[in-house]
Amino acid sequence: MASGGIDMEVIRQKVGDAEEFRSKQLRARDMLRGDLDDKDLDEFVQERVLTTTLEKASDWARGNSFFPLTFGLACCAIEMMTVAASRLDIARFGYEAFRASPRQADLLVLSGRISIKMAPVIRRIYDQMLEPKYVIAMGACSSSMGVFNNYAIVPADKFMPVDVHVPGCPPRPEALMHGILELRSMVHGDPTLGWRERYQAEGTEEVYPLAPADATGVNVFGAGGTEGTNA
Amino acid sequence: MSTVDPAARELSDYRKMEESITISETTEFEGDRELLTLNLGPHHPATHGVLRLLVTLDGEVIRRLQPIYGYLHTGIEKTAEQKSYWKAIPVVERMDYVSYYFNAMAYCGAVEELLEVEIPKRAQYLRVIHLELNRIMSHLVFLGTSALDLGAISVWWYCFRERETLLDLFEMSSGQRMHTRYFQIGGVIEDIPDGWIEQVRKFCAIMPERADTYGDLLNKNEIFLQRQRDVCPLSVEKLREYGVTGPLLRAAGDPWDLRKTMPYSSYEDFDFQIPVGTKGDNYDRYQVRLAEVKESVKIIVQALDNLPDGPTITDDRKIALPPRHELATSMEALIHHFKLVTEGMRVPEGEAYYAIEGARGELGCFVRSDGSSKPARVHMRDPSLVNMQAAPAATEGWLIADMLATVAMFDPIIGGVDR
Repeated sequence: MASGGIDMEVIRQKVGDAEEFRSKQLRARDMLRGDLDDKDLDEFVQERVLTTTLEKASDWARGNSFFPLTFGLACCAIEMMTVAASRLDIARFGYEAFRASPRQADLLVLSGRISIKMAPVIRRIYDQMLEPKYVIAMGACSSSMGVFNNYAIVPADKFMPVDVHVPGCPPRPEALMHGILELRSMVHGDPTLGWRERYQAEGTEEVYPLAPADATGVNVFGAGGTEGTNA
Repeated sequence: MSTVDPAARELSDYRKMEESITISETTEFEGDRELLTLNLGPHHPATHGVLRLLVTLDGEVIRRLQPIYGYLHTGIEKTAEQKSYWKAIPVVERMDYVSYYFNAMAYCGAVEELLEVEIPKRAQYLRVIHLELNRIMSHLVFLGTSALDLGAISVWWYCFRERETLLDLFEMSSGQRMHTRYFQIGGVIEDIPDGWIEQVRKFCAIMPERADTYGDLLNKNEIFLQRQRDVCPLSVEKLREYGVTGPLLRAAGDPWDLRKTMPYSSYEDFDFQIPVGTKGDNYDRYQVRLAEVKESVKIIVQALDNLPDGPTITDDRKIALPPRHELATSMEALIHHFKLVTEGMRVPEGEAYYAIEGARGELGCFVRSDGSSKPARVHMRDPSLVNMQAAPAATEGWLIADMLATVAMFDPIIGGVDR
């Protein structure tokens, strides 16, 4: 521990019995060799194999590997960066892959106050993300306008669906971490996503149409135009 | 890839609002040169928040740079007018959200000037300590995020480690990590807790060494140096024309620092140097800030050594809340408490402008009072906004990659730009 930091103690504990671990290893080796017979084999399978559905397995994977968007608005953005920094280390849970493009991200953290000028832009970013996508409103401003009860700020619920609200001004990084883990348990539990219908947000992902065959001009991206979609 | 006809889809009202903003690129011609106008932001990982830039490019060379502001407009100045004087402090603190102690200091200073109140010496020193800790924190955030923009990610991890230690100190003295509302009109809200001074000393003992480590990490990074040395310099004259202050001006060689030229809050008691650069290029801008971290540590150590005893807030009961124990015994105290909490303090009519040296330059607060308990006008002169005026002049004629490095070195905080 570096001097000057917060004092912390690391306690090492043994996980299970070494003897038992060794015998389990040997049994797994026997199984792979085909040495286990009927009763032993049944026992082994009962002990080691979990059955699940494909949906549950994909939910499990999805909930443990959000790709947050590198998107900061205001004060909370600094605390959002802190979540990725060394003390909390979001990588412990598998969410460290921050993506700069909404096309590659599936978690939007609204970290800060949303002005009326910014709201359409955020809605567009949300629309550009591909399903499945989740939103965390971080802090009081994006949840309820916070201390700024005035003409300029709009809460996120007014224009987009929000899965988890994290209170605080700004929330501690631990609070955001808790919010992300709440979202994980939501995703694992396969929630009914009714609020998306309410916000007409289902299937709003923005996919550019293929360019017509007779289109003139050079399109380096191969498909679609790079202009706004409603020209 | 499925094909969806976007025109067929009904857009939400918010998306219709956005249709008025063009973000598609346009081309124009200048003789036989094709100029491409490119939109950068408001969502861009390298523009430090929601800064939007329209860049007109000739190949890779910037011909024109137009920053567009307002994406984080929060109405802070207007909201401050609707609150009583002391309840406006949390609102102004959220303006430049990396240097909240400075915001509170500028605002409290302006109100104190109107009230003509004497600040106890201990409160002044505590303010200095917190301001300088905040300056270090702000420079650490600057250094970490800017290096991240230039591809040097390791520095970011180290800077945020030290930032956590600093925020622990803030939390210890005030209970909040950010937007602490520790500065109160007339002093500071309460005395520092036991053990705080030792923790600050511990931090001050390691910080200069750590700053050297960050310097070593970056100064031997050839890519970083290539993108910093002699890139986008501006002369002192040019910077003065734009009203640029703070580390950017000092990087060009002008030792202008309000802590020396117009000392406030007992800065005249401390012995410290003003780091200046020679060329005013990106490298100097970064080096000046790194050197300032060490100077700030010096100030903190001096302030801790000479921290006077005494009250931490003025004893004027019309301004500061009476101590809690007095409420049970003194009718007078109860009345003062009630008046302050319900109505707030009445400030004599007048105008005041109070400028301090923020982490990014001159942070000034203008307060006009009409004699009531709410300010008639609060205006902040935020250095981020003023400094950004020089960004087009600094970057025109340079490559677009240099522009991103320069914006990082200008270190605008969009919360302060848009307010």
